Amino acid sequence: MVDARGQSCPIPVIMTKKAMKSNEDYYEVLVDSKTPCENVTRFAQSQGYKVEVEEKGGEYLLKLSR
Amino acid sequence: MAEKKNDKLLIIIAGLIIGVIAAGLAFLGNPKNMGFCIACFLRDTAGGLGLHRAAPVQYIRPEIIGIVLGAFGAAFAKKEFGSKGGSAPMTRFVLGFFAMVGCLMFLGCPFRMILRLAGGDLNAIFGLVGFVIGIFCGIFFLKNGYSLKRTYSLTPAEGYIFPIMEVIVFVLLLAKPAFIFFSEEGAGPGAMHAAIGFSLAAGLIVGVLAQRTRLCMVGGVRDLALFKETRLLWGFIAIFVAALITNLILGGFKLGMTEQPVAHTDGLWNCLGMLLVGFACVLLGGCPLRQLVMSGEGNADSAVTVLGLIVGAAFCHNFGLASSGEGPTPAGKIAVIIGIAVVALIGVVNTYVKAEKASEAA
Repeated sequence: MVDARGQSCPIPVIMTKKAMKSNEDYYEVLVDSKTPCENVTRFAQSQGYKVEVEEKGGEYLLKLSR
Repeated sequence: MAEKKNDKLLIIIAGLIIGVIAAGLAFLGNPKNMGFCIACFLRDTAGGLGLHRAAPVQYIRPEIIGIVLGAFGAAFAKKEFGSKGGSAPMTRFVLGFFAMVGCLMFLGCPFRMILRLAGGDLNAIFGLVGFVIGIFCGIFFLKNGYSLKRTYSLTPAEGYIFPIMEVIVFVLLLAKPAFIFFSEEGAGPGAMHAAIGFSLAAGLIVGVLAQRTRLCMVGGVRDLALFKETRLLWGFIAIFVAALITNLILGGFKLGMTEQPVAHTDGLWNCLGMLLVGFACVLLGGCPLRQLVMSGEGNADSAVTVLGLIVGAAFCHNFGLASSGEGPTPAGKIAVIIGIAVVALIGVVNTYVKAEKASEAA
């Protein structure tokens, strides 16, 4: 679980990238605006993950799986 | 995957439109190779408001107002508008201040750097080299955990303040009260401008496109280096190509180093000026254009950054730090060196000092 709420880009993507070093098949990333949501999605897809986005109350929970 | 391609196509189209508009504005009366320049236009606006008294560069630029309000409208329509802030406002102010010092050493923001290249001004190549070096300096800190801590949601009114200020400034431009300064005909770049309607419309279109695509000049090089992500860079390239072609058609293209419009030929200081800009903007999370757009989206941190840019511009002219066509000033060189040192210090403090605390907590 990566909590990147309130972080501006590119930091959420860097946090996700660092977390991915543990090489697991499932991660959750929490962000609170649209731009990091798009950027993390794009990055995760480039790393071969599928992304599901759940929006609740202005926050976005991204479920990355492969 | 199809979505990814659309993404890239969208920013390329937006970049092409922006490039044509930018080159077109220079044709319609803006200074050469300055259809858009966020730094120059904030500087002119600061002059118009009397924050500095450099007579050649005083005009309230409707392009700036248009970008902020265009971004505001686009964000509002897409429900992306939200009052946010509280992430190291004073640090952002200082970074904005010194980013402007760097811009006015080079004579242009990263956006104008592209337009200068597209106009055949080879001095901008030195700027581009410095810009890339500066971005890599910033990336070093990002990779090592640099962060200005998180933003928070603020009271709903907070995000409206900056867009409202832009509306008020626009009213001042139209009303032309005696306390507003306008460069007189022939006095310099401030006297050269397209008609207000064209400038405002251009700003609005660019504001909407930049908000939708997250266009950012710094982000292009940064994301390529960090993640091999080329999307933003395509926007950068598209602006260059479109402006180049438009310049060739409209006769705005002149290849060379000497006698370029609103530029000087000191390669070293063109390079160091843009190094400071690239470095400061990576630590800010976006170029001056992106800061304007985000302040339209309700981001108070970006609004404070823009205020830093404006105050920086005023200081540059009051203290004789800004370059001119003749070249950089001795005081400006000192200010750029101080700026690079201050930005590096901000990088160190927000990377290493904080990292120790975090590891204690863990």
